[in-house]
Amino acid sequence: MSLDDQPIKRPFRWHIVVFLAPAFFVYTAFMIVPLFGTLQLSLFRRVDQQSVYVGLDNFRMLFGDPRWSVNFWNALWNNVWFFIIHMLVQNPIGVLLAALLSSPKLRFRAFYRTAIFIPTILSFVIVGFVWKLILSPLWGVAPNLLDLVGLKSLFTPWLGKEEYALTTLSLISVWQFVGIPMMLIYAALLSIPDEVIEAAECDGITGLSQFWKIKLPLILPSIGIISILTFVGNFNAFDLIYTAQGALAGPNFSTDILGTFLYRAFFGFQLQLGDPNMGAAIATMMFFIILAGVCVYLFTIQTRLRRYQF
Amino acid sequence: MSRATSSPARLIGAHAVLIAYTVIALFPVLLIVMNSFKARNAIFRSPLTPPTPETFDPVGYTTVMAQGDFLLYFQNSLVVTVGSLFFVILFGAMAAFALSEYRFRGNTLTGLYLALGIMIPIRLGTVAILQLMVASGLVNTLTALILVYTAQGLPLCIFILSEFMKTVSDDLKNAGRIDGLSEYRIFFRLVLPLVRPAIATVAVFTMIPIWNDLWFPLILAPSEGTKTVTLGAQIFIGQFVTNWNAVLAALSLAILPVLVLYLIFSRQLIRGITSGAVK
Repeated sequence: MSLDDQPIKRPFRWHIVVFLAPAFFVYTAFMIVPLFGTLQLSLFRRVDQQSVYVGLDNFRMLFGDPRWSVNFWNALWNNVWFFIIHMLVQNPIGVLLAALLSSPKLRFRAFYRTAIFIPTILSFVIVGFVWKLILSPLWGVAPNLLDLVGLKSLFTPWLGKEEYALTTLSLISVWQFVGIPMMLIYAALLSIPDEVIEAAECDGITGLSQFWKIKLPLILPSIGIISILTFVGNFNAFDLIYTAQGALAGPNFSTDILGTFLYRAFFGFQLQLGDPNMGAAIATMMFFIILAGVCVYLFTIQTRLRRYQF
Repeated sequence: MSRATSSPARLIGAHAVLIAYTVIALFPVLLIVMNSFKARNAIFRSPLTPPTPETFDPVGYTTVMAQGDFLLYFQNSLVVTVGSLFFVILFGAMAAFALSEYRFRGNTLTGLYLALGIMIPIRLGTVAILQLMVASGLVNTLTALILVYTAQGLPLCIFILSEFMKTVSDDLKNAGRIDGLSEYRIFFRLVLPLVRPAIATVAVFTMIPIWNDLWFPLILAPSEGTKTVTLGAQIFIGQFVTNWNAVLAALSLAILPVLVLYLIFSRQLIRGITSGAVK
């Protein structure tokens, strides 16, 4: 890395190196190098205690061998569903709450903001177990609550049924993270200048139509950022599933997502031995999926969203 | 939604929705904390009532204290979080200063390189990180966690702080230079104190994911002596899954520290978000 572009006129500016070096070194050594190390590991396999270069064999096995490919596609599809639920539930609720929070003359605003953000700061371990307890048929909190509104017949052990478990977990994750879109949209709404709103009011655009026609287009860039943050977070998720359903992502792998699949491949579970090289291959696939998502966002969505400068 | 004529009916509607959602957000937390103080029978018979003198029973907490080494876990979490935070802020602020203050060849490229980590999660490098830690003998040490979390926190920290440092007046720094301050002194004495609000915001953003992380403690430091609170609670609850008092008490103990920290810093956090620190 050459830092100095005027070697003749000035002495070498060592302080720039001193300022940059610690961050550069730690970041490179513990983030970039391992990332590429993992990509590289996915091209090797252990044979008789020796690491042997096998080209794309690990990927061929991942996609070709039904023992791996069935699990991989299952995890990928589950992950997509996990993401769809977040986009359809978390972000609209976030926008709604932010819009309500920014109504003028609203009292207790700080209280609402603080309270609704609390689940976001809790760890997955807490969130996973708290909801596991609440939804547990043993304890009976969920059936009791449903009974209060006369819907007790709707109750089933959601986390234990294959067809509901993943959706339930997605909704739990939505419950936890709704604070983030709320805050970011709220900030975007606050930054809309009063003149724009006043001009709209002069033209007789108020109420809901004001929201749809004036405010929503202005906060679209924030919604774009939230979408890509949600995407990266979802395709990297692991903790919630692991704490609520264990590494096997039960029942019958119905809540298995890429993160838990990677964990099992890497560390092994029950009878299957851990395989770092297959783990690396899965991590590589996750890397490309996330990279593809980020590129789609950067090159298509972000360039098309017009940014308004005030 | 702001309206020229925000009628009382609409305000009431807004309050109703917000209160409803606040209840949804807080109910699970309250339920757990409330029941952790009750006797086993009362937990099952009437989960929705707060503890009364008859049903009050701290047996869960005594079990947790006797069985799990939560004080040690707590200390580990504190060391890891504070240690990582210190290095993220120090190294991040230094790098942000270099990137925002000096013009040199490769400036933009270095900035982009350092910002890469905002989008690509560090978790994907886990396989190689574990090998690296095994090779350097750092497995099951808190140092391993601090190093990884420092790398994880740096990209966002540098990104946010360099935006803020661009707003520090050049005249001030030049006045310092004329008075013979070295570049290091300008950074530590002039610039760092001026961006303190931004640093507080970065600190909160960095701290929460580190405190709550389960992945890296599970993989890099799962030994008894290096467990963090998050991992300790996870394993404890797994073992005591039928002892409801202990499980609820362990959950409450894990909630409490983050909650207190959040309530202390919440103004800072919310101001940081709304002032555009992360936009």
